[in-house]
Amino acid sequence: MTLRRKVEENFFYGLSFLFTAIIVFALVQIIWTIAQKGVPSLSWQMISQEPKGGFYFGKEGGLLNAIAGSFYLAVCSTILAFVISLPVALFMNIYLIRYQRFLIGVRFFLDVLWGVPSIVYGAFGFTLLMYLGYKNSLGAGIVTVAAMITPIMIRAMDEVLKTIPIGLQEASYALGSTKTETAYKIFFREALPGFATAILLAFGRGIGDAASVLFTAGYTDYVPHSFGEPTATLPLAIFFQLSSPIEEVQNRAYAAAVILTLIVLVISISARLLKTRKK
Amino acid sequence: MVLSRRLIDNVSSKWMLSCLIFCLLLPLAIGAGLVFKSTGLLSTHKLSTLIFSEDWYPSDGQFGFWPFIISSVWVTVLALIISMPLCLLSSIYLTQYAPKWVLKFMRPVIDILAGIPSVVYGVWGLLVVVPLVGDKIAPMFHADSLGYSLLAGAIVLSVMSIPYILNMLLEVFRQIPLELGEASLSLGATKWETIKHVFLRKGSSGILSAFGLGFSKALGETIAVLMVIGNVVQIPHSVFDSGYSLPGLIANNYGEMMSIPSYDSALMFAALLLFGIIIIINVIFRYIIYKSELI
Repeated sequence: MTLRRKVEENFFYGLSFLFTAIIVFALVQIIWTIAQKGVPSLSWQMISQEPKGGFYFGKEGGLLNAIAGSFYLAVCSTILAFVISLPVALFMNIYLIRYQRFLIGVRFFLDVLWGVPSIVYGAFGFTLLMYLGYKNSLGAGIVTVAAMITPIMIRAMDEVLKTIPIGLQEASYALGSTKTETAYKIFFREALPGFATAILLAFGRGIGDAASVLFTAGYTDYVPHSFGEPTATLPLAIFFQLSSPIEEVQNRAYAAAVILTLIVLVISISARLLKTRKK
Repeated sequence: MVLSRRLIDNVSSKWMLSCLIFCLLLPLAIGAGLVFKSTGLLSTHKLSTLIFSEDWYPSDGQFGFWPFIISSVWVTVLALIISMPLCLLSSIYLTQYAPKWVLKFMRPVIDILAGIPSVVYGVWGLLVVVPLVGDKIAPMFHADSLGYSLLAGAIVLSVMSIPYILNMLLEVFRQIPLELGEASLSLGATKWETIKHVFLRKGSSGILSAFGLGFSKALGETIAVLMVIGNVVQIPHSVFDSGYSLPGLIANNYGEMMSIPSYDSALMFAALLLFGIIIIINVIFRYIIYKSELI
């Protein structure tokens, strides 16, 4: 009996350790594979030039269109999402704080929204575009991605604002400030470091997502100059070039994967650093 | 002066409220838009034939979604079968057995896994998982496979869902009061017995919800699955067969959907199906989580 218990204990200890190690191994394996395939094809030309003639047959050119497009798209949609999320998150924590039931309902709703896959946003965005008679464009992509990351951003900001003690709010009222002043001068400032993490998270989600921009942002070989033009994005650049039978084009896809992974790595590490420094 | 402060306050609170209402209405608008677009299809086809029919010939006006639904469910269930034990045991290891620094080390690992874009997972799947399934795993079972299969999709998807599920499980185990475990240990139970009889039982609803939400997340995954699953419209008979996932169907055909009548309507119906199923799953399991947190 005792032996059996001991064996069982050790077995599950070992197994749980092994499974944790497998997860770490999976991450290392993914990054190693991508790096090994992509780094040899990385070059300055790759990140500084737009595709030239015959690019898709393995000739000259780079991925600047996709890199710039992805940045435009992610930055603008993060800003747009922030402009919508900030009032909502503040409203939830200042006005709704007295209506706990309703507040819980709103949080629940946003959590559910978080689960909606990006392809659904993409399909809806596309339908809306058709309905309004617009074409695929940077602007449409920005709106779609912003709609997708807004629930994530609101909930992340909400988690930060939740930790601010209610006494601070009361002190602010006692000094005669209005709710708006309390929201933007006290709460906003207090939560700013936490907001940075929320913004980075949303930005990372926005730059890496392919399914939502597939329908809405289109694809082009040029860096867009206005919101009305279509734009290339890194995830789609990888996706399209990988389906080419020509090896040089495929290698470019791997290089693009390295660039995208690097961007995301930097974002998630800096988000983590911000979080730990705050504590 | 007082008036202008009042005015600012008034305007700004109205603005905040309208932002909130906008956010709450957005999903309703999505649902309504998709329903509106799919009515074209629903008026000419019966709902039951759409869902259960195997015949997918868009140019003949036959839209049977069963092959896609069954592929998606297969891939997702398989992925969960792989990632469930991994996540459960490693969350147990990280919260119960391991020293603190291991958990600290794992946090960024989980973050990075969660942050890697799905298209990069797809590239990894093409480079590693597809050859692995085609050359190593399939011959072991005497099966013929190119590698582009449900199993390849499931493996990629399982890795992708790990950070999502693991994060929720860590939270579940963190919320269980320490005293419960200590009581069990002081009665002479081993660590594992304590985990088995106390923690797993206490956290059962949380664990269930984590898996449920992981399922819904994996079901909606598009690009990575699309890249490795093979995209053949058929009812798969084994895990080594190719399939065609529901999100993949939408993503792959958006270009030509204007050229065939009611094709766009069919694809929007697919999006509606996905949206509906995922919302329902999310509502159920989020509700379980909220209930258990409120007690």
